[in-house]
Amino acid sequence: MVKLPIYLDNNSTTPMDPRVLDAMMPYFTQNFGNAASRNHPFGWKAEEAVDYAREQIAQLIGANEKEIIFTSGATESNNLAIKGVLEMYARKGNHIITTNTEHKAVLDACKHAEKMGAELTYLEVEENGILDLQKLQEAIKQNTVLISVMWANNEIGVIQPVQEISRMAKERGVLFHTDATQAVGKIPVNVIEDGIDLMSFTAHKMYGPKGIGALYVRRKNPRVKVSAQIDGGGHERGMRSGTLNVTGIVGFGAACKLCREEMNEESKRLAKLRDKLENALLALEESYVNGSKENRLPHCTNVSFKFVEGEGLMMAMHNLAVSSGSACTSASLEPSYVLKNLGLDDELAHSSIRFGLGRYTSEAEIDYAIEHVTQAVNKLRDMSPLWEMHKEGIDLQKVDWQEH
Amino acid sequence: MAYSDKVLDHYNNPRNVGVLDKSAKNVGTGLVGAPECGDVMRLQIEVDEKTGEITEAKFKTFGCGSAIASSSLATEWIKGKTVDDALKIDNMEIVEELSLPPVKIHCSVLAEDAIKSAINDYRKKQGLEPIHLENEH
Repeated sequence: MVKLPIYLDNNSTTPMDPRVLDAMMPYFTQNFGNAASRNHPFGWKAEEAVDYAREQIAQLIGANEKEIIFTSGATESNNLAIKGVLEMYARKGNHIITTNTEHKAVLDACKHAEKMGAELTYLEVEENGILDLQKLQEAIKQNTVLISVMWANNEIGVIQPVQEISRMAKERGVLFHTDATQAVGKIPVNVIEDGIDLMSFTAHKMYGPKGIGALYVRRKNPRVKVSAQIDGGGHERGMRSGTLNVTGIVGFGAACKLCREEMNEESKRLAKLRDKLENALLALEESYVNGSKENRLPHCTNVSFKFVEGEGLMMAMHNLAVSSGSACTSASLEPSYVLKNLGLDDELAHSSIRFGLGRYTSEAEIDYAIEHVTQAVNKLRDMSPLWEMHKEGIDLQKVDWQEH
Repeated sequence: MAYSDKVLDHYNNPRNVGVLDKSAKNVGTGLVGAPECGDVMRLQIEVDEKTGEITEAKFKTFGCGSAIASSSLATEWIKGKTVDDALKIDNMEIVEELSLPPVKIHCSVLAEDAIKSAINDYRKKQGLEPIHLENEH
């Protein structure tokens, strides 16, 4: 028997690994010191723990520990990277290139920058969600200071060609930032080999605590700097002030260590389970995978079930915690912009469900999910006038709908 | 967002899902909404031509739980009513009955439109003037 409800929303957040919690516990109570207190053992203990965690984190991404700037999470890291680079390199230029499927933390930071006078290019991705490098090449200008392209997409899991992008950026003397929130800890990431200048990531997507993240800032070839967006105290080499979240950092470090040790095996296990789930769902008529199936994270899939609305579907499979690109699940009543920007019809975007597997997903849970998603889709299709019309051979594109 | 018990009840046990013969003279069919908006309702009524009473009502809905519940409730309410009385159903009554939150009010509007659109289809078949729909865009 599986325990209900089943969590299949690991792209949204992950449960904390108990081993991470164990590592953190002493730093809440006994070792509560401020890592910046340089003149007593309480401070030293905290600093030691932070240094150790910084090493664990750096190791996972192939960085030097001095290149890790702690933040409150990936949203802050993205803001710091984009606004901090613009401010620091204002004399060089004010043009940023990004894509139209980035996370809102990147897009909204870019919108803000635009309001402050920056010039932005939002490149359209291809139908499979991947950026066409030719388009990027053509978009780079004399005044381009930053290219910001995510490593892996949060809705469809599609992986961008970061190595090629970083090479292109380097050739043209432009900095490259990547939002690697979904990638770090899940797939191999090496900032040296992959040529990354700035990289955002966060603990809670890799079985660590919420409220702690990092921005990797390259120190050599080239030496990258960002203007602080939070001032006071000069912590984190002056790039991000504020008393360090020692417990969070310790947890982040422990989480990175576990990912480094277990990622290879784990990603194989999850890819197998994901494929089992996906193949079973694709056996349903009129169901489609959104985004590239070749270049994507091993643990997630995004499937549209035509003629069924996503929120209604989630309600029918209430024992499965998943998420949908349906408008009804968002405050804006707009379907997912990521799916729309792949060129998907609104209708298919409304019908999409994202399944995100994780460290604690079992095969029994996947079997349960397959059975219940299938039941729910069939139940709702029996109730769907669109399904009936489709079965009668009516072309829904040609119907004169009374829109609201 | 949590759903009200009544939405859940209608969603889990929808009343009157099905199809009536849309070519029949005493059947009115309303199809409202659009797939790209994420909501499409089809509501059908079968009317006793002598008394004007709605003797049967069926629906099929593509949409979220609140849309399905609104259409299910609508069919339940109009069954047994005369066409004239069914026309008086206001979307806000559906909102109240199902405790729909503000973001789901459009589901109730759609259900009201579906009722009126079905009635208009019936009236047309009977050679009557269609009534004006206040929510028409």
